[in-house]
Amino acid sequence: MAVRKLTLEALARVEGEGSLELSLQDGKVETARLKIFEPPRFFEAFLRGRSLSEVPDIVARICGICPVAYQMSAVHALEQGLGIAVDGPLRLLRRLLYCGEWIQSHVLHIVMLHAPDFLGLPDAIAISRDHRAEVKRALTLKRAGNEILRLLGGREIHPINVRVGGFYRVPTPSELSALREKLEKAGEEAVALLRWVATFPCPECERDYEFVSLRHPSEYPMNEGRLVSSRGLSCLPEEFDAEFEESHLPHSTALYCRLRQRGSYLVGPLARYNLNFDRLSPRVQSLAREAGLSAYCRNPFQSILVRSVEVLFACEEALRLLSLYEPPQGPSVALPAVRGEGHACTEAPRGLLYHRYRFDREGTIEEARIVPPTSQNQSSIEEDLRLWAERHLSEPEERLRNRCEQAIRNYDPCISCSTHFLRLVIRRR
Amino acid sequence: MPARPRLAVWKFASCDGCQLSLLDCEEELLSLAEAVEIGYFLEASRKTLPGPYDLSLVEGSITTPEDAERIREVRRLSQKLVTIGACATAGGIQALRNFARIEEFVSAVYASPEYIRTLERSTPIAAHVPVDFELQGCPVNRLQLLEVISAFLAGRTPAIPRYSVCVECKRAGTPCVLVARGTPCLGPVTHAGCGAICPGYGRGCYGCYGPMETPNTPSLARRWQALGASERDLHRVFRTFNAGAEPFRRESEAHGG
Ligand code: SF4
Ligand code: SF4
Repeated sequence: MAVRKLTLEALARVEGEGSLELSLQDGKVETARLKIFEPPRFFEAFLRGRSLSEVPDIVARICGICPVAYQMSAVHALEQGLGIAVDGPLRLLRRLLYCGEWIQSHVLHIVMLHAPDFLGLPDAIAISRDHRAEVKRALTLKRAGNEILRLLGGREIHPINVRVGGFYRVPTPSELSALREKLEKAGEEAVALLRWVATFPCPECERDYEFVSLRHPSEYPMNEGRLVSSRGLSCLPEEFDAEFEESHLPHSTALYCRLRQRGSYLVGPLARYNLNFDRLSPRVQSLAREAGLSAYCRNPFQSILVRSVEVLFACEEALRLLSLYEPPQGPSVALPAVRGEGHACTEAPRGLLYHRYRFDREGTIEEARIVPPTSQNQSSIEEDLRLWAERHLSEPEERLRNRCEQAIRNYDPCISCSTHFLRLVIRRR
Repeated sequence: MPARPRLAVWKFASCDGCQLSLLDCEEELLSLAEAVEIGYFLEASRKTLPGPYDLSLVEGSITTPEDAERIREVRRLSQKLVTIGACATAGGIQALRNFARIEEFVSAVYASPEYIRTLERSTPIAAHVPVDFELQGCPVNRLQLLEVISAFLAGRTPAIPRYSVCVECKRAGTPCVLVARGTPCLGPVTHAGCGAICPGYGRGCYGCYGPMETPNTPSLARRWQALGASERDLHRVFRTFNAGAEPFRRESEAHGG
């Protein structure tokens, strides 16, 4: 059967790191392939032979938007392998640091990357022409997240203060009280942001995903917990390999991670929210409801609202943590010289991030494995795109492309491929 | 009103952190958007304007045959081209492949290595095209980035000091971790720009801003040895985000393969 390949010439440009290929038959979309051309950087390979103390600095460079997530999954996995636990005030500071990253990464995505799709504008700069006050408030909020990162991490991008065993230095009481003031203000901005986002027109779309996230006995999950799903999965992070498998398809440098039993699944804000709604404070729950969300959300386009709820949660949680903080004995705990293997999952802004390391007695890494959220969502994104594109096939291609871009950005997959013009290839048979 | 200068921001193999420094400018970004015409900055906008561009900022290193082509095109379209960050100026952390066999790297990460097309080496932008200015750092400093942009738009040389991190420690009044605590530190050979963050947090500098001009790495290495650093430690510490920068590459190699 002849395959007709239709390329949108105006968009067929060399730099498109993401492209979408739709194969059509009889007006139906048979497959949607999201191709990711991010050049591979081989972190897992060159981590071999490094010292475990270097790992947090190295893995940060996987992603400039969520370096803390990579650092957190790494230190937890390595500490598990070393057989040590970092508790008390140090654990609290790590959670606080993670709040900072959730705030800055989510606000960046909500305002700079995703909102333009909902408002039909090319970028946040265009939004700021009509909604200057809202954009400015959001930027203030983002800055509050950055303040946390700067204080606890030393800087916003690629923090230098995270180490296996804790930190290099912990903040002073006066530094923390200055932070508290900023966060109180941020809490108000977060409510305003949620209310603003709730006014955006949101497409109707319901999907029956299997949601996967961490679940902690008492907290909304960040650094620890069991791995659970909406279809009954419940396991420890060290059982990741028994439940999930990664494969590699020719069209992408990203790997596809799927549940061995049931295939595609979804991680990220929607999954965390649905599986942990009861872990949010009554105030956050009621503001979420007021914004039009129920306790369980199946509409991927509402992820922008759920992200806003998580920003609100993170501001509230950061203040709660600050009120509980008491200075630790020292900034870090000593590391034993043992060989070991450790696993950890933490909740990156974009979803579950799994790390595994094996190291020898000198602390030299023998093997490293990293499964980022984007590879776990890859199959779900493609299924969304297949359904979504099919529903809008009759529209002009420019419009169709915009719709598909918006659907991809629901996942905040990673900034480079999510914001690059989508090259749309339609194969008709 | 004269036409505003047209700015472009390009990405090659990178973590996006250096471009994010620009988005982190928050309010300054809105004013920048008024001062220049953003012609191409996909991380911020889907609207693109055709070249030529008055100023191109380039993030990332060259790691694929396609990217080696693309950087030539970018150069052709750009009046001035400035590289930002260790990936673009030295090949970045991904340049560690330059010291290994690439096939082993590919098969360590991918189940089906035959699907991956990549170059043996990760190389800086200046290895491919002429570059007007290099701003070091992993990531670059946001304020320095703004300074470079304003300088180029005004047609002057950017005021980026070429001294070491040590000078920044002195300026900040941070006690020297090397002298006071005997903590190994790369500050004496590392390019300034970060504001000496690590010593301020009680840790030694690990060189993420890359080599300063004419660094005396052998003498610093002897200092580290006196503090108990092994050959292996020295080999590793010069081989990170700026492993491809000549002085660091040489010093790393002096301490074993
Ligand atoms: S230089 Fe560092 S921060 Fe900048 S893009 Fe490269 S890895 Fe990221
Ligand atoms: S490693 Fe050195 S150059 Fe990098 S932030 Fe720390 S002190 Fe600055």
